[in-house]
Amino acid sequence: MLLPSLVKFFYLVGAVAFVWGLRLLSSPDSARRGNILAGIGMGVAILGAMIEPIVNASNNYLWIIVGLLIGGVVGWLSAKKIQMTAMPQMVSVFNGLGGACATVLAAAELTKFYENVSPMTTGELGIAVFTLLIGAVSFTGSMLAYGKLDGIVKDKNVILPRHGIINLILLIIVVVLFVWLTIEGHTASIWLAGLFLLLSLIYGVSFVAPIGGADMPVVISLLNSFTGIGAAAAGLIYGNQIMLVGGILVGAAGTILTVLMCEAMNRSLLNVIIGGFGSTGGGGASTGTDDQVAKVATVNDVAIQMFYANSVMFVPGYGLAVAQAQKTVKELDDLLEANGVDVKYAIHPVAGRMPGHMNVLLAEADVPYPKLLDLDDANSALKDTDTVIIVGANDVVNPAALDDPSSPIYGMPVLEVWNAKNIIVLKRSMSAGYAGIQNPLFFHDKTKMLFGDAKDSIQKLVQEVKNM
Amino acid sequence: MDTILHFFNEQLIMIYLLIFTIILGFEVISKVPTVLHTPLMSGANAVSGVVIIGAIILVRRAAPDDMLQLSLGTLGVILGMVNVIGGFAVTDRMLEMFKKKKK
Repeated sequence: MLLPSLVKFFYLVGAVAFVWGLRLLSSPDSARRGNILAGIGMGVAILGAMIEPIVNASNNYLWIIVGLLIGGVVGWLSAKKIQMTAMPQMVSVFNGLGGACATVLAAAELTKFYENVSPMTTGELGIAVFTLLIGAVSFTGSMLAYGKLDGIVKDKNVILPRHGIINLILLIIVVVLFVWLTIEGHTASIWLAGLFLLLSLIYGVSFVAPIGGADMPVVISLLNSFTGIGAAAAGLIYGNQIMLVGGILVGAAGTILTVLMCEAMNRSLLNVIIGGFGSTGGGGASTGTDDQVAKVATVNDVAIQMFYANSVMFVPGYGLAVAQAQKTVKELDDLLEANGVDVKYAIHPVAGRMPGHMNVLLAEADVPYPKLLDLDDANSALKDTDTVIIVGANDVVNPAALDDPSSPIYGMPVLEVWNAKNIIVLKRSMSAGYAGIQNPLFFHDKTKMLFGDAKDSIQKLVQEVKNM
Repeated sequence: MDTILHFFNEQLIMIYLLIFTIILGFEVISKVPTVLHTPLMSGANAVSGVVIIGAIILVRRAAPDDMLQLSLGTLGVILGMVNVIGGFAVTDRMLEMFKKKKK
């Protein structure tokens, strides 16, 4: 009598901890407590699942404990060992494993159904088939995203000709099979379900394949919400409230982030999924700037300019992550601050390869977060800034987004760095950004280019400023 | 139509919970500062490991000689646990960095 109600209480505590934990996670001061609270909620829920009374259960606790130990050790070690700069990849992998778990559950339940071990209503069957699908898409999609973020997979190697159409056809087949399996019930064979699983796995890869580079933050958030929805759907299979609540919360968080990322680029989700920037005629926008010459600065010029400025604003982009220059930037920041220069950072929401990527990198380098300005704050502060240093950012500072309707990124909100007094661009070469678009900013009156590896250049700047 | 209505009746409480949680989720999380985008994503990701509950129940229900169900279930437990522990630990590492520079 007592145990069943106790378990329900465990699940309730877990669910409340999830809600409250995620709430705390959306404010900087309470975020860490929020994460720990959600973790405790998970512990309570797992304990609940271990002791929940199940009719005729053979329990098999040994299997579970072995599984928990293996998973726990692997998870703990990978989380502790991973470099902070490899964080986007790691999150992607974890996300994919959650999706895989949902798919495995659905596969196990469906096997029982087709072998006539346990019956399902049409509704339950539909949910199980849906769980199989969304978990599989989330799994292979996240694994490909991992490959892309890690640089193992190059965007151009996985995009097929007419990829949009291939994806559409694949999606239609998957949806038709989904409906078919749900309606037919036992008359459909387990092999058809197997084919469906295979196609779902392929669809995950194919769906993420054409999305790359600057669009990664969108797809990462989207995959995150898929895993949540998968967990919630699995919760419906088991009639388990905490799985439903946890899954839906994650689905909501992922969806909110996806929408935020799309808004930051002023593009619809459909536009991101169907076509990358590159396919929409990036060539046309670059023609006007061919005969222009960019002004080149020396390390000494830049060092003097920063040293005597009242305010300096760094604009980091993916290049900062690639060059691993965050700690060197912080060193330069400290030197300048010591000399009375006000140093700030302008963070574009889609700078980098995942939501908030730059914030994590700079946090690793101990940059206090009040120094990081978001798009709106940065744009108002830029008017009173003496020198802007652009470190490996390109498309997010492209003025064409505001004034060139033929540009593929026209309409995307950007950091209006040209309102500052001087602009210094740290860049390897004059090559175009991810979007393949030439950036008129580089030829702007106020702009000077400092060529070379970002970390290298900043190290030289640190040296120069030290000598002043 | 009949089956749909029947399903709806059977699952009424779950459907209530589903809808209210969707509303609650959007309300609770809607305003996230940029600085917390990654930790929120990663923390939420850890919560999605809640699917492990299903895996545990699957193993507990399996017959002791049903190797297929036991293996699938245990695989689910492993995958879910990597997601849970790895997710929370990575998020904590990130947030620790945010915290210490506050002084």
